[in-house]
Order: sequence, then C-alpha cells, then structure tokens
Amino acid sequence: MRVVLSNSSGVPLYQQIKEQIGAAILSGELAENSALPSVRALARDLRISIITTNRAYTELAAEGFIATVPGKGAYVLPLDSALVREQLLRQVEDGMQTALDAARRAGLDREELIQILDGLMRAEHEHA
Amino acid sequence: MCSEFAFALRGVGAEVGNGFALRDVSFELPTGYVMGLIGANGAGKTTTIRCLLGMRGFDTGEIDLLGHRVPGPIALRQDIGVVLDHTYLVGDWRLAEVERTLRPFYDRWDGDRYRQLLAEFGLDMRAKVKDLSRGMAMKLMIAVALSHRARLLVFDEPTSGLDPVARNELVGIIGDFLLDEGHSVLFSTHITSDLDRIGDYLTLIHGGRVVRTGPKDEILDAYRVVRGGPEDLSGLIGVELIGLRRTAAGAEALVRTEEATLLGGDVLVEAPTLEEIAIHIGSPPMKAAATQYGRSGATT
Repeated sequence: MRVVLSNSSGVPLYQQIKEQIGAAILSGELAENSALPSVRALARDLRISIITTNRAYTELAAEGFIATVPGKGAYVLPLDSALVREQLLRQVEDGMQTALDAARRAGLDREELIQILDGLMRAEHEHA
Repeated sequence: MCSEFAFALRGVGAEVGNGFALRDVSFELPTGYVMGLIGANGAGKTTTIRCLLGMRGFDTGEIDLLGHRVPGPIALRQDIGVVLDHTYLVGDWRLAEVERTLRPFYDRWDGDRYRQLLAEFGLDMRAKVKDLSRGMAMKLMIAVALSHRARLLVFDEPTSGLDPVARNELVGIIGDFLLDEGHSVLFSTHITSDLDRIGDYLTLIHGGRVVRTGPKDEILDAYRVVRGGPEDLSGLIGVELIGLRRTAAGAEALVRTEEATLLGGDVLVEAPTLEEIAIHIGSPPMKAAATQYGRSGATT
C-alpha cells in the first residue's frame, strides 16, 4: 500500500489518506481481502495522529471500501458493483451540474440543453 | 484494567508562590491517545504535571490517574513512566547498574526488554549516565519506563535541547508505544512544530489557566489569525483580539472563528498554525503589558 501525504496541498491529512486508499481499491491495485495496516501502525508509519488516521479508516468503512477489525487491522471488501456505480453516478451528476451552471450563464433553456445532449450522444454513437 | 481516561483533572487549583497559581485546571485524556500540553515558559505546565503525578499537592479539585484518585496507591507508579527534562539517575552509574538499582522497585521489570531497548536505541550497557548526550539520556529514561511496562508516558519538555534527528526518533518511539491501545502519552512543550503532527489532543495553558482543551483539529478550527494595516483591527465591537501586535506596518491578532465574521472585508483572515495560536495566547495584551510586567518572573 502506498500513501504519500502532502503538507502543503491544503487538503486535510485524513482526506488525503482516504482518497489514496479509495483510489487504490477502485483501480484494483488493492485487491479484495488485502490486509491494510492497523490504524495505530499506519499512524506510526505516517507520523500523524491516531485520530486523523482513524477518521480516514472510519469514512472508508462507512463508504463500504474496507472493514475494520478492532485491535487487528482492516481489510479490503469485495468491490461492490453498487458502490462503483454510485461513484460513477456522482461523477455524472457533478458533470451535469457544471453543464447546468454554464447553461444558465449562456441563457440556454431546457430544450436547447437536451438538444446538445442528444447531439453529443449521436456523435459518440457515430464514432463508435 | 483499562479505564476510559488515562487521566482527568477537574478544577485543580494550587498556590505556587510569587503570585503564581494554577486556577481551575480541567482537562482529560482518553486512554490510547497522545496529548500535548502547550504553553510558554512559566505558563504552569510543569506544576500541572507535578500535580497529576502526585509529586506535589494541590488545594482544590480532584485528579484521576489510570483509574485511581490521586494520590493513589504506591503501586500506581509502576504504570507510569516519567521522562523529565533532566535525568534523575546518578551520573556515575553505568547503564547495567541503572537496571540493578531500579529493578527491585518494579514488579513487572523485564530485563530482556531493557537490554533489547538499549541495543535498539544504540546505548552501551557499559556507558555512564553522565556521559550520555541529552538525546541518549532521554532514550535511557524511555527504556527504563518501557522495561517496567508503563501504560502512561509523561514527558516534560522532551524536545528542548534535542537535535532534529533525535526529535524524529522520539516521534517514532512514541508511535511504537501507542501500537498498544491501552497506552497513552502526555508531553509538555513550548515548541509546537515537532510533536503537533502526532498529537491527538491539545491543552493550551497560559498564566496557570487552561485556555482551551480538546481534539487538535477542533482547536485549530476554533481560531483564525487576522492581519491588516496599521489602522485596521481597532474599534471593533464583539471581537476579542487575542495577543494583538500592532506595528507601523500593520496589525495582527488571533480571533475566535465565530467572531471572525464581524471583521471588515479589508483584513486577511486565515487558518492559524498551532505555533501562531501558541504565540498569540502566550503574549500579554498590549495595553496591559506594563501592569503585568511586575509579576512576569513567576517560576513554575
């Protein structure tokens, strides 16, 4: 497992840990059932506080990426297809929100937006 | 036996002399975590630690330590490793004699572990205590504490006088110690940069009073540092400017986060570092500086 923390990125340390472990799991770099170090071992190795490390693990567990075993450590859960789908849905929503914000500034209405979407889908279909 | 809190002080007051006293000192550390006790010289850190460890009395309040009301049974001392800023061991002792002398005081003394730790820390059994560098002497005291299986390590100013390499080693040793969930660490310091990364909880102390205590991130979130021109940061209502410093070029102060919204748009408002919080809390208010001057020499 690889976790590289930046002191100057402005992103909280727990968030950096969470994102890096989460990305490694989604990419398959950390396979199902891989053992992760315990919260305390990771805190020691990264030289950060236990609370910070614990927060990263707690959030990863809440999002279904890992399971923690008190006193032992944690392991990677099978990559839930619903979880992956949810991650992708979130990306779609983010992208559409960006499009909506731009559309409002450009003064486009719903019809015009749907036309653009249809056009894009048609173009993709033709390329495929 | 494992209690929820490694220790808890509630309303502790102690007269020290020279007009200095601890007043209503309350804070607690959950078992299994690290707390930094942060304050300037003379803030009351050492007095607080001495009260906690039963090394001096206190007039009001109560202290629980590893599940016992202080002063607890003598056996309580077996569970605590104290690393002071000076060694309490006799200079002419060789490290082998340190073990022979201390061993009878501890039921759970582990001689193999002592030898193993000395080897790990690069300490020679034949060396004399007085010939050890500061960093080496600290590692010896940690080795002693770990050899009698202490559950709470208390450091008084561990990083003062240590070079960066030794400080870094200390952080590693504390990390190893904390792999056991029943172990806790309290350290006091006026230098905040070294150990603040591994600190889970912080207690800020100034003038014998606790200014703030809690999880580190909450304390960092509780304050903002504000900077403005020489004319800024004056005539504000409802904003306490903590440790205001005003020069010909500008003014800088610490404010509580909820009060920062009351400041005008011309000032720069930023998240503080722990060091900035410590500096502003530790500096006397500008106007009151003259009246405070007379009692600034209090020792703790």
